[in-house]
Amino acid sequence: MNGLLNWFDARFPLTKVWNEHLAEYYAPKNFNFFYFFGSLALLVLVLQIVTGVFLTMHYKPDAAMAFTSVEYIMRDVPGGWFIRYMHSTGASMFFIVVYLHMFRGLIYGSFKGPRELVWIIGMLIYLALMAEAFMGYLLPWGQMSFWGAQVIINLFNTIPYIGDVVSTTIRGDFVISDPTLNRFFAFHVIAVPLILVGLVFVHIVALHAVGSNNPDGVEIKKLKDENGIPLDGIPFHPYYTVKDIVGVVVFLMVFFAVVFFMPEGGGYFLEHANFEPANPLKTPEHIAPVWYFTPFYTVLRAVPDPWYGTLAMFAAIAVLFVLPWLDKNPIKSVRYRNKAHLINLAWFTVTFIVLGILGVLAVTDVYRELGTRATQIYFLFFAVTYVHSRPQQANYVAWFAALLAPVLLWDYLRLDPSFTDIQRGLFWQMMLLPIAYLATTLLLPKFVAKTNEEKEVPTRVTG
Amino acid sequence: MKLKSLKLLLAAAVLSLSAAPAYSAGGNVELLDAQVNLDNKLSLARGAKLYANYCMGCHSLKFSRYNRVAADIGLDEDSIKSIIFTRNDDNELSKTGSLMVNAIPEKDAAAWFGTAPPDLSVVARARGGGDWIYSYLKGFYRDDSRPFGVNNTVFDNVGMPHVLLELQGMQELEEHDDGHGHVTKTLKLTEPGKLSAAQYDQVARDLTNFLVYVGEPAQLHRTFYGILTLLFLCVLFVFSYFLKKEFWKDIH
Repeated sequence: MNGLLNWFDARFPLTKVWNEHLAEYYAPKNFNFFYFFGSLALLVLVLQIVTGVFLTMHYKPDAAMAFTSVEYIMRDVPGGWFIRYMHSTGASMFFIVVYLHMFRGLIYGSFKGPRELVWIIGMLIYLALMAEAFMGYLLPWGQMSFWGAQVIINLFNTIPYIGDVVSTTIRGDFVISDPTLNRFFAFHVIAVPLILVGLVFVHIVALHAVGSNNPDGVEIKKLKDENGIPLDGIPFHPYYTVKDIVGVVVFLMVFFAVVFFMPEGGGYFLEHANFEPANPLKTPEHIAPVWYFTPFYTVLRAVPDPWYGTLAMFAAIAVLFVLPWLDKNPIKSVRYRNKAHLINLAWFTVTFIVLGILGVLAVTDVYRELGTRATQIYFLFFAVTYVHSRPQQANYVAWFAALLAPVLLWDYLRLDPSFTDIQRGLFWQMMLLPIAYLATTLLLPKFVAKTNEEKEVPTRVTG
Repeated sequence: MKLKSLKLLLAAAVLSLSAAPAYSAGGNVELLDAQVNLDNKLSLARGAKLYANYCMGCHSLKFSRYNRVAADIGLDEDSIKSIIFTRNDDNELSKTGSLMVNAIPEKDAAAWFGTAPPDLSVVARARGGGDWIYSYLKGFYRDDSRPFGVNNTVFDNVGMPHVLLELQGMQELEEHDDGHGHVTKTLKLTEPGKLSAAQYDQVARDLTNFLVYVGEPAQLHRTFYGILTLLFLCVLFVFSYFLKKEFWKDIH
């Protein structure tokens, strides 16, 4: 056995890679619940690739046969329904896991130096994942596949001057049709997965170069024993491999509960309207994107002008890329930041969920106004995060005024004489939301000193 | 296409104002509870027979196969032959392994009914369950302004005639205005059919059960596999949990 290993090691750095990334990769010993989602994301990626390979064996990327071939998989292919439900449930689970993984990075400051690149590569993975999900959703060729793609591709149409060319290039035709399905299939099964796997590899390499953050935001590499091993570090293998197995089992319980007992996910994982074949002549009454896109869909709908709405939607994603340079506070973890920062994160979390819920609902006066206000708070969050970088020196009152100004300017521009009395009433009532947001995150720390106090970061991890 | 018109289309799609749930043409009618029960194999068999007699002339089930239906609802392959009416290329009665297509030419059907009768293999899934189908089957009422003399409460201006008229009889729509602009609509059976109201409910329920089954044959079996899988994972959880505890006992 040892001889075989030596034979390999002379030709490939097998032991070296094993040690560097598992047996002698020292991770902080205080990982909590949120630290399961990195390995789970990797698991779902593998699951999607494996189930995807089997689906590709039976699926037909042809506008005339796609819908039929999916039903063929569901009925005539032995175990086909199982493979397909794992793939469709895996798509939603991928986003649940990735959103929790990103949320972890946000609250414990994992995006901050020296892990800026880990964060940026992670954001690129998120972008690739959205492209992958969007193109995969066209493949069943149902009504929502078709009309969801119609809405998203038309976004590119709003680009001034070159919009027509761009959207025609994406479709490969003047309307969504067979060539669109073919190229989306090519991207979904070859191009984007290759990019995803490559990015995930780089994400892990970059992470293992700088080392993992932890719920305390303490750099464990600063304190090492005589052998150069971090005092608060434990080898990833076996400690976190056995711990992650527990996480995997619990995750699989949830995953298979969905697959076997509620594969439609209440109409959110598989939308009802998508069981009707794509029909270019029949627009569904209510087009809702799949749930994981809905926060950004609400941002899009909050801006009446389609081109500016598109810009706002992409800006909502793009702004996440520069987070490491907005939050310059040297304290990483929310545990030791001031209370105002915790309040800020709480607002952001609720806002993101509200944006997501609004995105699946049909627009009413109340929801439209709430969506606009939630969009304002979403973008304000990043400015407030910047202000909280230096809580002791910040001129909170000036910032309060400076950040309220663009809100009022936007409101002034959109308060139209055509508003009904109800819309006008909602406009004024819900103006309280951004004001309350700015007051609780900027005025509170100014006037209640307790909420502006930061705690001392310990030198060793706790718990 | 012009940029402007596409922008308008986009705006219309993005700002779609409808409050109605997807696809319930006709809107905010409360659906009746179909009490779908797929364990009732007799009901499924009756539903298959009713479907073959009253529906399949127009509505194919082209993703489904006769012998699979027979196996799933507990019939032997010979008895399912009684609902096969189509012929294959050799002009023989279709084999039990064939797909449940029908003979209506799509173009003619579109001309006769205004739109071609859709395939109903996955209608139960597209409508989010059986309640809509059940309500639809019970929702026909007299409307002389319509080509076939009937309209439907859950599918406004439906193009389909009331094919179960001889069984159910004719209903009239009665509107009650409470004087505050609140209108409640009720259906009243004015010309009884061959069946009593309770018998017709069972017909509608059998058809609904059958269509819910046809929508996803796998649902008859998947919960069984689900229970096995979860039991296995529970055992695995116990082992993985104590394995983790054992490894971590010296980490403080």
